[in-house]
Amino acid sequence: MKNLIIVCLTLAMVCLFAAGALAQMQTTQTSTANASASVSNDAQSARFAELEQKVADAKSAGDNAWMLTSAALVLMMTGPGLILFYGGLVRKKNVLSTMMQSFALMAIVTLLWGLVSYSLAFGSGNSFIGGLHNVFLRGVGAQPDADYASTIPLQTFMVYQLMFAIITPALITGAFAERMKFSAMAVFMVLWSLIVYAPMAHMVWGKGGLLNASLGGRFPCLDFAGGTVVHVTSGVSALVCALYLKPRLGYPKDAMPPHSVVLSFVGACLLWVGWFGFNAGSALSAGALATSAFVATHFGAAAATVGWSAVEWWHRGKPSALGAISGAVAGLVAITPASGFVSPMSAIAIGLAAGIVCYLMVTRVKSMFHYDDSLDAFGVHGAGGTLGALLTGIFASSAVNPIFKNAQGRTLASGLLEGNAHQIVNQLVGVAIAWGLAIVGTVAILKLVDATIGLRVPEDQEMQGLDLSQHGEEGYYWESPA
Amino acid sequence: MTKIEAIIQVSKLDAVKDALHEVGVEGMTVFEARGHGRQKGHTEFYRGREYTVDLIPKVKLELVVADEMAEKVVQSITTAARTGKIGDGKIFLSRIDEAIRIRNDERGDSVL
Repeated sequence: MKNLIIVCLTLAMVCLFAAGALAQMQTTQTSTANASASVSNDAQSARFAELEQKVADAKSAGDNAWMLTSAALVLMMTGPGLILFYGGLVRKKNVLSTMMQSFALMAIVTLLWGLVSYSLAFGSGNSFIGGLHNVFLRGVGAQPDADYASTIPLQTFMVYQLMFAIITPALITGAFAERMKFSAMAVFMVLWSLIVYAPMAHMVWGKGGLLNASLGGRFPCLDFAGGTVVHVTSGVSALVCALYLKPRLGYPKDAMPPHSVVLSFVGACLLWVGWFGFNAGSALSAGALATSAFVATHFGAAAATVGWSAVEWWHRGKPSALGAISGAVAGLVAITPASGFVSPMSAIAIGLAAGIVCYLMVTRVKSMFHYDDSLDAFGVHGAGGTLGALLTGIFASSAVNPIFKNAQGRTLASGLLEGNAHQIVNQLVGVAIAWGLAIVGTVAILKLVDATIGLRVPEDQEMQGLDLSQHGEEGYYWESPA
Repeated sequence: MTKIEAIIQVSKLDAVKDALHEVGVEGMTVFEARGHGRQKGHTEFYRGREYTVDLIPKVKLELVVADEMAEKVVQSITTAARTGKIGDGKIFLSRIDEAIRIRNDERGDSVL
């Protein structure tokens, strides 16, 4: 009996130990399992991070590819687009000098942009102008600037914006064509880039700019691709130049028809294509917003071509080729500020309006006031840009681009048609500032250049043509030996 | 020898050339010219500005033929170049004293 008890106790103890050991083993096994689980979690999150990085890299590569393409397209608008467009509109004796003005700006503005004007336009500063933090392109490298474009290198953003800074002054050359000294043009444009373009670009697009709609400006003015910054400033400055320089010798008595509408035709077609980079590129990414801007641009240009041609046909009995291409450019100008905010049907409305208004500007208003805006830089860019900027305030749609949000992140109405009547005021403020800055800045620069090196070529040189007097060449050298 | 200067419509040049070859004219000189007679010019519009183009493109032919050929040549030109409308052009005849072939100093009707 005693033995039985001992055996039982022993067994019980064995069982207890065994249970304990088992329990311990189980615990050990669990902790081993836990350990292996936590190891696999770390690997997973690392993989997720890696995948996320790869997705971001892919998006960045896609956006960057489109933005570099867009930058090249915008440069193509100046050369050869605008160069051919303007070159064809002048007389034979001034074709090279006219082309050379825009081409020289491709070089001069680029150097200036690198030295200082990028920083003045897009560096952090006050409400009116950027600071000097980015002079010599300091700090402008592969790292994106999240405020401007978070998926592309800041350097891409910089070179893209440079192309806008080139074409804007180049547009002005149409107003003083066939009579301004090359040297005076170069100095004028350097000063103009610094005094008019850089502050305007900063106010509308720069961090903390007075008119910036997406980075908290005091008067959020909607300007997707440069209706005020590019077209109003250049067009209004063009008018000031035309008035200040006085008409060309013989204007308006002598006939001064374009020497080759063919060149202008090719140039206008290049402008239309390049404008896709100008407007769709202003999305600063390759997503749906770029598509929307691309489509609006195209529809606006088409509608303006029809608008201008229809009015001309009715008014003059014939739809001219020069009219059709001028209409296209007018439409492209007017849709520029609106392109990223409006639907295709609104784009058609804006385009039609631009075609008709700009036709009246160049055919009626110009002769009424007797200014010689030789190539209609004001009639097309000043008038079309102003019209487009105001119509943007009417047609902007939050469904296309939800730019205004309240504190809770809810999307607010964009334009007048959606019930945001105040946007018209903001657009007017933007337009008024662009007009004011362009007038004051341009008058001051013209006076300065006039007083120092003189603006116009002497009369005999103007009659001889600026190709020979300014550059010592001729565009068409008929007597070249066989 | 007679010099025949004919100012004709640009579009009639080929017809006139063929007609001249048929009557045996072997050489001619052709100029692209601009001018107007009683025919008025036309109006062009560039961005609403009106330009009157009064000098219209024309072709001027010059040929020198033996005197006895002159009338036949004039007739073939007028027949070929006529549309019956204003702007068909004019023909002028004048006397030529001498013709010299540069290649070999040959002179007279045989040069033509």
